[in-house]
Amino acid sequence: MSGAAVVVREVTKTYRDGGLVANAGIDLEVGAGEVFGLLGPNGAGKSTLVRQLVGLTRPDRGRIEMFGHDIVAGPSVAGHLVAYLGQDEPALLDLPVHAAVATTARLRGESRRAAAAEATDLVDELGLTAVANRPLARLSGGQRRLACVASSLAARRPLLLLDEPTAGLDPVARREVWAAVARRRDAHGVTVVLVTHNVLEAEAVLDRVAILDRGRVIACDTPGRLKAAVSDDVRLDLVWRFDPPYDEPTVAALAERAVVTGRRWTVRLAADEARAALGRLTSGAAFASLDDFTLATPSLEDVYLALGGRDDDLERV
Amino acid sequence: MTETSVLAPVVPVSVGTRTSWWATADAVYRLALARGRIARGPLLFVATLQSVGILVLLRGVVRHPDRATSAAVVAGGTILVVAFVALNLLAQRFGAMRTGRSLDYFAALPVPVSAVVLGTAASYATFTVPGALLTAVVGAAMFGLPFEQLWLVVPAVAAAGIALSGLGAALGLSLPRVELATVAGQLGMTVVLFLGLIPPGHLPAALRGLRQAVPSTYAVDVLAAGLRGSATPGGVLWRVAASLAYGAVTLAIAARAFRRAVAS
Repeated sequence: MSGAAVVVREVTKTYRDGGLVANAGIDLEVGAGEVFGLLGPNGAGKSTLVRQLVGLTRPDRGRIEMFGHDIVAGPSVAGHLVAYLGQDEPALLDLPVHAAVATTARLRGESRRAAAAEATDLVDELGLTAVANRPLARLSGGQRRLACVASSLAARRPLLLLDEPTAGLDPVARREVWAAVARRRDAHGVTVVLVTHNVLEAEAVLDRVAILDRGRVIACDTPGRLKAAVSDDVRLDLVWRFDPPYDEPTVAALAERAVVTGRRWTVRLAADEARAALGRLTSGAAFASLDDFTLATPSLEDVYLALGGRDDDLERV
Repeated sequence: MTETSVLAPVVPVSVGTRTSWWATADAVYRLALARGRIARGPLLFVATLQSVGILVLLRGVVRHPDRATSAAVVAGGTILVVAFVALNLLAQRFGAMRTGRSLDYFAALPVPVSAVVLGTAASYATFTVPGALLTAVVGAAMFGLPFEQLWLVVPAVAAAGIALSGLGAALGLSLPRVELATVAGQLGMTVVLFLGLIPPGHLPAALRGLRQAVPSTYAVDVLAAGLRGSATPGGVLWRVAASLAYGAVTLAIAARAFRRAVAS
């Protein structure tokens, strides 16, 4: 890390309605040029933290510095430093895609001509040229999200703050978004803070990740180091076509340790033990009852659960 | 709480200038115009029909109105078109933006909030112009008023638009629910209707004072003077200036309500 782009210290936020503690003393540092993730289930406090980073919500306590500027004391500075993409963008819904992107560029200070030219490039980059003149409200959910991403990329800022940017996107569109983000990081050193509750996305695109639970950071490191630190266990998933043959000794042994979700069994085992069990299952009579199986190294979800995460609603798409 | 020192060296980035007030207002104006494109026709038709209908009704009730009464009625009916859109509909629009979290988009940009409010308000005020013009022409013809100074409908609509849209925005941004903003906007429009249409000489003394406090009164008086054929440049200027002052105050209140709504 060449230096911190964002420093968050002891940030606390409690909502007056109902006294919900959204952030309970958050400490973070995001390095310049890093793709940094905030991972956690719904209600973990990710979006509240993001709103504070962008100056929309004021923390009750704590400090937020962004590229050397105090965001708590002067929240309006954030608008100069951050390109923010919220979970939805209702303000732009009635505008055609090109006009929406150009409007954001203009409101970030570009001339009308420069904004129009940049909008044309961004619409092309994200594969939206065919619908450039169609209002966002008349697009499919995925296309609308892509258009909002394009809008957030207009008039480059040193920090991209994206709240679930790929929610509702198909795999091709997801890759387009990540390619566009990566280009900005690689070519211009843009720092990226990404909110997600998608474990696979977090593992694939993040340099470092902070795992949030109930308003606290319960872990923060690279995905690889977090997974290695938690356990050497692997995860064996078995999906049964019929009732599992409990008379089979391997099946009986696994049944005692499995987390059962419908027809799916999830068992966490040492790697050797898992390989041996899978070998016996696939070569024995139980194989006829098996519909599918996977053997996987620990995921960030395993990290989350091992660290005491209490809500198991992380997405695995 | 003890404050922890920053551990990593901070990468400093200088902050650029804020987007200019006019560029912001212009971009937001165009954004709001695009939004209103679909609903504009039917709404303007309703607003114009309402005002023309009232003028037809009054023309039938009052057999031989004097010129001052006729001018006051036609001017009041014309400004009512502006009130319907710039006060009533705009209060609803800002109420919906508040509850729908549309304000966040603007609040996260380096733009002056007052320009966002004015850009939105101006787009609503703009699309009242054809309806107000039509109402003034039809009204002047019905009541036999001179057309020579009918051009004053333009500064009158601008003055009313500025004064009322600031108020509409302030109501929509201050009230916690769209329903309340709708009620407040409609109540405001009713006040403009009564105090604008009834000639000041026919009002009780107490209501005459209240009439002077209504933001659109100055615009009504500009147009009424024109329809009587007695408008003077000085009279027009000070009344437009009074409307501008109203607009500036209500705009400042609306901008403050905007910031509070985002933070809530």
